[in-house]
Amino acid sequence: MNGINRLSDEKIKSLALTANDIRQSIIEMLLEAKSGHTAGPLGMSDIFAYLYFHALQHDPKKPHWKNRDRVVLSNGHICPVLYATMAHAGYFPVEELMTLRKFGSILQGHPHREFLPALENSSGPLGSGLSQAVGMALAERIDAGRTSAKFFYCLTGDGELNEGQNWEAIMLGGKEKLHNLIVIVDRNNIQIDGYTEDVMPLDSLVRKFDAFNWHVQDIDGHNFEMIDEAVGKAQSVFDRPSVIIANTIPGKGVAEFERKPEWHGKPPNSKEAEMALRELQREREMINS
Amino acid sequence: MLRINVTSNANQKKYMAMFQFLKKRMTPKKAQLNGHVFEKEVEMKPIRQGFGEGLLIAGENDERVVGLCADLLDSTKMNLFADKFPKRFIQVGVAEQNLASVASGMAAMGKIPFITSYAMFSPGRNWEQIRTTICYNDVPVKIAGSHAGVSVGPDGGTHQAIEDLAITRVIPNMVVISPCDAIEARKATIACAQTKEPTYLRLAREKTPIITTDDSPFEIGKAYAVFEDEKEDAIDVLVIATGALVHNAMLAAKEVSQGKKNALKVAVLNCHTIKPLDEDTIIAYAKRAGAIVTVEEHQVAGGLGGAVAELCARTHPMPIEFIGVHDEFGQSGTPEELIVHYKMDAPSIVETIRVAHKRSI
Repeated sequence: MNGINRLSDEKIKSLALTANDIRQSIIEMLLEAKSGHTAGPLGMSDIFAYLYFHALQHDPKKPHWKNRDRVVLSNGHICPVLYATMAHAGYFPVEELMTLRKFGSILQGHPHREFLPALENSSGPLGSGLSQAVGMALAERIDAGRTSAKFFYCLTGDGELNEGQNWEAIMLGGKEKLHNLIVIVDRNNIQIDGYTEDVMPLDSLVRKFDAFNWHVQDIDGHNFEMIDEAVGKAQSVFDRPSVIIANTIPGKGVAEFERKPEWHGKPPNSKEAEMALRELQREREMINS
Repeated sequence: MLRINVTSNANQKKYMAMFQFLKKRMTPKKAQLNGHVFEKEVEMKPIRQGFGEGLLIAGENDERVVGLCADLLDSTKMNLFADKFPKRFIQVGVAEQNLASVASGMAAMGKIPFITSYAMFSPGRNWEQIRTTICYNDVPVKIAGSHAGVSVGPDGGTHQAIEDLAITRVIPNMVVISPCDAIEARKATIACAQTKEPTYLRLAREKTPIITTDDSPFEIGKAYAVFEDEKEDAIDVLVIATGALVHNAMLAAKEVSQGKKNALKVAVLNCHTIKPLDEDTIIAYAKRAGAIVTVEEHQVAGGLGGAVAELCARTHPMPIEFIGVHDEFGQSGTPEELIVHYKMDAPSIVETIRVAHKRSI
């Protein structure tokens, strides 16, 4: 996939419907789990829909297919969106989503590869996913050289970039010119204790990554055309790793949850979930019309 | 204690004969130890050098082996590998957290990464990354921590890792190996390159005596006797040692075994694998003994001593004395001064063996 072949209107509609499915599943599974994170998963649903239903070279029926692209989720707490997306893509039955965070579930509170082997990595403690993605891209470099067309997507949060380890990995990625490493930062401006710029200012992320010799793009993370163009460009960069700063709205899709730090780490109650699902259903009807 | 005044040829011959007898009787044949192990002029080599040589061989044996280092290439002896296999070597800079997790990513792609730094920084500084991205992911990353123990010397307490066995031993999936000399370090490195478990290899900086030979047994998880009277079933004190201090433990055992008065029957186990602990061998020997002394260049809490105490409390309670650092930090000094100060030298071990014997059951 590259930026030259633009997404068709039909494809955009289909991705929007998939993202809507994912959001509805997120609300349902969080209600059932009675704990977990709401804002981040809803905000990243469009990016996940785009990756798993358009960009990735993967086969949900053969999760360990050697030539698959890798997705490394670094901010493991947004795993409801990963789980919901993987279920809708066919990695495991959608019904499993209702076991989130329960004893014996394949869907641990934060992702654990031992319970769900289709995952590329376990995560939860922040700041180490980028290093792992760098390691994967380095291994691929050793095996396939600079012509490899296998891509390594690492998804990180913005608050997570407070962790110093990220910048160790960003330095190494720049040094090694890992062309097939594509980092997508969920720039939703919230973290547990409040707005990111109050807790620990990150701006300008564009200039920071640029200073570490990365190819940087700053986009609207809910606009499929922009996501597609950015990923296409990132794939064509050959002398640097790429970062896509995806500006997203935390809680996107449910007005009551949007942009509010308090929705970072709590699930909806039944009344809130009912309201959210109604709103998402209305959005679905709008997409269809 | 054996004291012979070597004044004549006859006496010298007698001394040599007794010495040979003692050596033969006390170092089990199957251990195939260095014949000079009790001599003053015993060969010396740094344990980390054995690691470097082992990694080179492991790299030749298997092209999946890769090396990553945090700006301590020569110090950790990874330079031997890096020079031979530059494309399979990654210099990550002074960034031990990244070191651990990058290795995890490489392992997820089928590589067998060895990562090196000082033990204080890896597995010290990057413990959580090792726990989550290596052990929780259950990938075969091999963590070589050099400059472990107080024998690092003049650099002082910040650089003397004496907690590393404890913090690695408690992580599920992890294997923990503490070789006794450079030859064993070479074997351990080659062996762990072929296992799927995350592994911690504890290495020391200074030259230490060569105890074993190429023919000595080495199997991960298998302790073996390096000193024992094979004709005697009962043991007064069982000494369980790990790392370079196995040598001091042997010297101490030799000393207390000699003489007509106060001689004790002592066996010394080289317990190079702290996890999984060789419970069968340790308990088989413990059942023949009245007391145990553990010997390690590490805090007495949580390392070899802790592991042996947990095992004995569970299966065969008996008195145990602990040689090691007792809840203090290290400090500057020569390695020899520090080994004496922290009572890890042979005379201190002798004393502790006698204390343990008095507490015998």
